[in-house]
Amino acid sequence: MVKAKAIVLDGYGINCPHETAYAVRTAGGEADIRHVSEVAETPALLREYNLLVLPGGFSFGDDLGSARVLANRLRHRAGEEISEFVKGGKLVLGICNGFQALVKMGLLPVPDFTQRVTLTYNASGKFEDRWVRLAMNQKSPCVFTKGMEYIDLPVRHGEGRFIPSGKEVLEEMLGKNMIACQYISPDGKVNEYPYNPNGSVGGVAGVCDASGRIFGLMPHPEAYNHFTNHPAWTRGANRAGEGLKVFRNAVEHIGANL
Amino acid sequence: MGEGAHRIEVRPKGDLRDPNAASLARQILELAGVKPSDVAIVRAYNLYGELSDAEMDKLGKELFADAVSEEFSYKEPFYPDYWRIEVGFLPGMTDNEGNTAVQGVKDVLGKDVEAYTSRVYAVKAEFDDDSVLAEIAKKLLANEVIQAWRVYEPEGGAFEPYIPRVELDHAPVAEEIDLQVTDEELMRISRERTLALSLEEMREIKAHFARAAVRKEREKMGLGKGATDVELEALAQSWSEHCKHKIFNAKIDYSEEGEGVEGREESIDSIFKTYIRAATDEVRKPYVVSVFKDNGGIIRFDHENDIAVKVETHNAPSALDPYGGALTGILGVNRDVLGTGLGAKPIANVNMLCFGYLDAKDVPKGCLHPRRIAKGVIRGIEHGGNMVGIPTVNGSVVFEQCYTARPLVYAGTVGLMPHEIGGRETARKEIRPGYLAVMVGGRIGKDGIHGATFSSQQLTAGIAGSVVQIGDPITEKKVIDMVLEARDLGLFEAITDDGAGGLSSSIGELAQFSGGCEVHLEKCPLKYPGLDPWEILLSESQERMTLAVPPEKMPGIEKLAKKHDVEATAVGTFTDSGKFHILFGKSTVAYVDMHFLHEGVPQMRLKAVWKERMPMPPSRPLMQHGDALRALLASPNIASKEWVIRQYDHEVQGGSVLKPLMEGNAPSDGGVIRPVLGKNDGLVVAHGLCPRYMEDAYHMAMNAVDEGVRNAIACGAKFGYLACLDNFCWPDPIKGPKNPDGDFKLAQLVRAARGMHDAAVGYGIPIISGKDSMKNDYYAGDSKHSINPTLLVTVVGRVEDVAKIASSDFKDVGDAIYVLGTTRHEMGGSEYFKLHGGEGSGMPKVRVKENSELYAALSKAIEKGVVRSVHDMSDGGLAVAFAECAMGGKVGAEIDLSLMGRETDEDAALLFSESAGRFVVSVREKDAFKFEKMMFGTKAKKVGRVRGDKRVVLMNGNNALVNEDVFDLREAWAGGLKW
Repeated sequence: MVKAKAIVLDGYGINCPHETAYAVRTAGGEADIRHVSEVAETPALLREYNLLVLPGGFSFGDDLGSARVLANRLRHRAGEEISEFVKGGKLVLGICNGFQALVKMGLLPVPDFTQRVTLTYNASGKFEDRWVRLAMNQKSPCVFTKGMEYIDLPVRHGEGRFIPSGKEVLEEMLGKNMIACQYISPDGKVNEYPYNPNGSVGGVAGVCDASGRIFGLMPHPEAYNHFTNHPAWTRGANRAGEGLKVFRNAVEHIGANL
Repeated sequence: MGEGAHRIEVRPKGDLRDPNAASLARQILELAGVKPSDVAIVRAYNLYGELSDAEMDKLGKELFADAVSEEFSYKEPFYPDYWRIEVGFLPGMTDNEGNTAVQGVKDVLGKDVEAYTSRVYAVKAEFDDDSVLAEIAKKLLANEVIQAWRVYEPEGGAFEPYIPRVELDHAPVAEEIDLQVTDEELMRISRERTLALSLEEMREIKAHFARAAVRKEREKMGLGKGATDVELEALAQSWSEHCKHKIFNAKIDYSEEGEGVEGREESIDSIFKTYIRAATDEVRKPYVVSVFKDNGGIIRFDHENDIAVKVETHNAPSALDPYGGALTGILGVNRDVLGTGLGAKPIANVNMLCFGYLDAKDVPKGCLHPRRIAKGVIRGIEHGGNMVGIPTVNGSVVFEQCYTARPLVYAGTVGLMPHEIGGRETARKEIRPGYLAVMVGGRIGKDGIHGATFSSQQLTAGIAGSVVQIGDPITEKKVIDMVLEARDLGLFEAITDDGAGGLSSSIGELAQFSGGCEVHLEKCPLKYPGLDPWEILLSESQERMTLAVPPEKMPGIEKLAKKHDVEATAVGTFTDSGKFHILFGKSTVAYVDMHFLHEGVPQMRLKAVWKERMPMPPSRPLMQHGDALRALLASPNIASKEWVIRQYDHEVQGGSVLKPLMEGNAPSDGGVIRPVLGKNDGLVVAHGLCPRYMEDAYHMAMNAVDEGVRNAIACGAKFGYLACLDNFCWPDPIKGPKNPDGDFKLAQLVRAARGMHDAAVGYGIPIISGKDSMKNDYYAGDSKHSINPTLLVTVVGRVEDVAKIASSDFKDVGDAIYVLGTTRHEMGGSEYFKLHGGEGSGMPKVRVKENSELYAALSKAIEKGVVRSVHDMSDGGLAVAFAECAMGGKVGAEIDLSLMGRETDEDAALLFSESAGRFVVSVREKDAFKFEKMMFGTKAKKVGRVRGDKRVVLMNGNNALVNEDVFDLREAWAGGLKW
């Protein structure tokens, strides 16, 4: 079994690396927190890892659009190494600001450094913190959501509204089951605000590439690492830190396939 | 195109609209009475540098516009046929997005440019004349304190880059000021330089500089007989009310006059020593690590970790620029905690905000409307907390008329630090002569000069300018990341933040550890050239920390600075010369005795006179109880604050346990987080704030402490392991021609401090830190607007096992409901009386002994996991607390008030009295006996149960006082505030 070894990016306003690294470790992997400047300077250090995690936060203050500057920096300085990383069958996970970065540097939904979809300003016009329910696409190749049906997770963003650049892109994503998870209401349907917290087209919350090894989502699985994270835990919603499952899936996939 | 100014505009594509455009259209209709047929918002980036068309196009595609959702133009404006109002920053204001654009351009083109952002608000409407546009610009879009605006007529076609570069055509110089002048001249100097020094203080400085020994020493340094502006400014900031708390340390003659008072007379030598520090000394808790000597207080949290806590106010700046004021407030208090001991990692933010009413019709001249203040402040706090990655775990929003001209913005931070690093106690700072003074973080500009002295004065219509500034959350985050890594590597031996007073204050204070310093101002990195030496020293440019670094560790600091993309510059050396020695190039510009700088300020002598207040009784007929309950739930102070709360991140760092709103939007009494993931130890943060209890400041303070404590207990905090912080915000308590009742306000302050002391000692809670803000008055012409005396008590505590605590919402049908504590006829200052147009007398009194027993028992019962729901009673009394429990659980419930502990029979008092020390608790019916046994000897009375239907019923014996549908109540509560 290959041990999962994650590089969790930090710096410039990324602000969830610690709980994200904690989630990887709790799931059985190793995790190093490395500064974006280190990767920009020495992209080859990615070779030491088999899981690249871009955590949530406000890289560069969301100035010029969320994750835009981070995406450019990674693409310009470390694009080739990231490309190699992906081709080597390794895993990439982007959460919130990390998802925005993956989309804007063109790693999702197709890893060819061309932006096809975006995550833009919430329809509500404001940042919101609320727990949402996600339904996982059972047909999706996504390795991170395997074996999961639905999950409650917090969203905490001002720019999470998923928009594809055109019909063809959406159709390709639907055809290849790249839409890995959607916001739903308690009755299981894709619904309006606040169940769909940002006005995403089709309630899209998370997207993977055709291989299922690159995955990005707006909600924060690392923030559901203990049953007391859930807002209804005092009412008996006792599902021990279900967000960790996303990380366990990654660790298991790496163990079995790399 | 070549070298020069360029501009690129960006807008959403196709049907997409900036979500804020629709609300702007509404506001324009309200303000101008004209309904725009379209409103759009355009982002503009104004660049200065050598850029070709091809490069502009590349920047548009790769950097400024989103390829999917946005389009750009760099040749002509968008919406040329609309009215366009452009808003940009004034020269020298922090432009965070512009600074990011500089880095972004470098990434894409490898080129250095200047970048300035602006927004264009394009409005399609028929306006009678362009004065309407000016109104829209001023009232809705631009804050002229920090921004400039211009209007373009339709079809004007203008596409001019906006380049607000700072160009100071000025050769820096230190000026010498003759102090051997008349009293009038001294006061003129103090006034004209905004020194905020009194005549007595100016005379003290005059005398000091006249001393032969002082003259001789200074002569050796090449200085003249007068003081330099650098010296005078450094003294003024060091001696400011903001830094020295002169009122809290004054000698006060306190007396009581008139009817209904005891006639007490006493002399108090420092409120701080007599009441605040004394309380902490008296309670002697072993978990206290460091109090009153550092930027924040420190207590033990668990075997490995300490927590550092600080709560600050940022009132004056928030009145002028609500966004920037609140943002710098929260970022400033984060840095306070980062600068406590060797640095604590910020893990929780709190904020308590006091505003005028959102629907205020008129505001005093020169003031922003409360709605605009509230929205700006909330956005500032959102950015300050969210972007830095600190969860906002607790807070409140209070509305009273008195905060219209002078809003209060309390911002607090809790930090976590290892108790020891490499065997060295993290709480301790140590500086030896020869250590370098290293400035880390942002650069210095003219921003924020005179913050310390400015906040020590009243606001006047017209004063503003450079005292207002905008924080930079991302630079702060980078500084935090770097400092914490350097701390863990042992690269520095002391740290403090550059807050009020800038380097003068930070280095000046650290220099006390070694006994002196030598600072070279020419080494300080500047935003732009042309600053005078005193400006460099005093500037409050944000996001800076000062470290004391042993010279051999400097390469390590430089390496980390590079990694984190932060500037770190050695600007001086700590010495043991006994002198605050400042140089600019080769010349000495300040040479002040350290002792005089820090201890020279003369003690103030003030008079306080207490008189009985006669509060106005309610003026309107009392409502039916059910109607009163619904009206209270919809009233500003009680109505749901969800709109605000959800804009703050409460989850980041992953340890959220008790959020501000739980499932069903059940409001929590405080916040609980797990600071150490993987462990069940909880940190509680709660607070008490009750400015409505005006009748007697002594009891007001007792109530604030009690409210803070009972909130903490409700959250599961261990009674016996609590600590608190005081933040006094007062109207000017110094009597003068413009302030005839200053002596009464000072008496209120004395009484509040005494109440704080008595409650803290009574409950055995150390006061570990505090702050005061003493001039919360606003003068508009002849009218004066002052706040009510307002005391915030923040309480922190520990939860042994977070899995055992309870939220406020009722859980299951059949659960037994208890009322804890005794209800008395204490309606003075209540929300109920306010609802009926008065204040009323007979305010709640705190019975510390009675409450202590109850709190200890309840705390244990929660620890044992017996309690299913618990909620404290405060604003609106029992009826409101009970309704909140039912609304949170979306269930009906019924209680009989004749069964509870009570010393009144009046129905309205049973429902709405705000007696302290009370809770609503529910337990499983099967645990009722167990719970009663645990609560034995206290007033814990079983009064009812959670019902199967949706009715909220309050009985008094056989008489139904209230019988309402839980969803009707919820609707009233949820829709009470119109933002």
